[in-house]
Amino acid sequence: MTDYDVLIVGGGHGGAQAAIALRQEKFEGSIAIVGDEPELPYERPPLSKEYLSGDKTFDRILIRPEKFWEEREISMLLGQRVTAVDPAAHRVTLADGTSIGYGKLIWAAGGDPRRLTCDGHDLAGVHSVRTRAHVDQMMRELDGVEQVVVIGGGYIGLEAAAVLRKFGKQVTLLEALDRVLARVAGEPLSRFYEAEHRAHGVDVRLGAAVNALEGDGGKVIGVRMADGSVLPAQMVIVGIGIIPSVAPLLEAGAKGANGVEVDALCRTSLPDVYAIGDCALHANRYAAGAEIRLESVQNANDQAKVVARSIMGTDADYDAVPWFWSNQYDLRLQTVGLSSGFDQTVLRGDPATRSFSLIYLREGRVIALDCVNAVKDYVQGKALVVDGARIDPARLADASVPLKELVAA
Amino acid sequence: MPQLVVTTREGEEKTIEAGSGLNAMEAIRDAGIDELLALCGGCCSCATCHVYVDPAFADRLPAMSEDENDLLDSSEHRQATSRLSCQIVLTEDVEGLRLTIAPED
Repeated sequence: MTDYDVLIVGGGHGGAQAAIALRQEKFEGSIAIVGDEPELPYERPPLSKEYLSGDKTFDRILIRPEKFWEEREISMLLGQRVTAVDPAAHRVTLADGTSIGYGKLIWAAGGDPRRLTCDGHDLAGVHSVRTRAHVDQMMRELDGVEQVVVIGGGYIGLEAAAVLRKFGKQVTLLEALDRVLARVAGEPLSRFYEAEHRAHGVDVRLGAAVNALEGDGGKVIGVRMADGSVLPAQMVIVGIGIIPSVAPLLEAGAKGANGVEVDALCRTSLPDVYAIGDCALHANRYAAGAEIRLESVQNANDQAKVVARSIMGTDADYDAVPWFWSNQYDLRLQTVGLSSGFDQTVLRGDPATRSFSLIYLREGRVIALDCVNAVKDYVQGKALVVDGARIDPARLADASVPLKELVAA
Repeated sequence: MPQLVVTTREGEEKTIEAGSGLNAMEAIRDAGIDELLALCGGCCSCATCHVYVDPAFADRLPAMSEDENDLLDSSEHRQATSRLSCQIVLTEDVEGLRLTIAPED
């Protein structure tokens, strides 16, 4: 097979943006994207929102139309998975045994949804929400479904639950910990979303331990809990995180474990091999320099641009402010910064009004905001996060004063 | 199908056909003009599809929501004619709409 000057592994947001950014930077060499899905690059966030709900067709969530890739001479090698990397020879091997040479390799393979390991995890009717194929399969089955159990109270599970309630399904949401969004948000936000989902008719169960999935004729019919009770379900949605797809890189000797380690220019420890997006373990300024993986469109996109510049020799370190959004029912959550490691939260506004922000501080400095139906706070709070502003919590809590008027004491 | 006249950041003027039911961000993206990041995919959660609208069309566009207004405030390049292109639904009312892509923030 042809060799490429830049070979991109992964056709998600990161991989697509890396190719787009290289062409924008006037890179003239050959570029190919190897993607394990059959589709052209598409936006993943709508899978648990507008695409699942039927509000947007697939064409509308394509990152670029087909002719764009042709015109920019970006080759699409779709439906193919890279199984091995030979860094010395600068070659990758695909699942079908084909070998492709590269000048630079950009690993943007993302992750595979973490699956349950209990009995029944592989029954028909059990779904992840990571790819178009997953969601199309769900949509095909939905007509015959009355009861859905969602396992996992993270953003994916909550967003899916919200859409399924819109469809009138009976939804039970199981979260193993004692609150939803436990890994990503402070308790006031968790309690707010828990209450909202309950008010919309979702049976939210916290501290829930699943024992097995029960089936009949190979199809799921219920979820057996650790206490022996069984929740009837004709569909089970599993949203319990991803496992970064980095095995071929680690086997080739790249440093890493939970993800592949990269430096500020997104270079792995292997020569001419970059990694970006969900699978890239990087030291993030907004996590107090801790090495993290960040599963977001923002991170995939901004790291892609860092790599494009690095390849073009106009290096600029990755230093972008993290941001994120989640739409559930009529609630629009926007996050700026990273809340991990906070030691104090400040509630700004009254959650009962369904418009408020939760501000996170570490050692007196603002590190993140979760803004619910509060775009002003989101926009104006960004500067506080970038500056690591020290502001009296009482002033942060006063929603009558715009955040932009609060200058660091 | 409504036509749009888009001026790129490099000052090039392009006339494009917009598919029915799309918004201006989608029409610009689908026409191969590669300047809008449109990171949130058009759900009014970021401000990376910022354009300037020819004032002649201002009163024919859908009203600006408070969210859109607030998001535009995040741009250093906001002007009186600024809009988020994902919030401009293309109808026959805006035939010939003229837009200029705002600088990247």
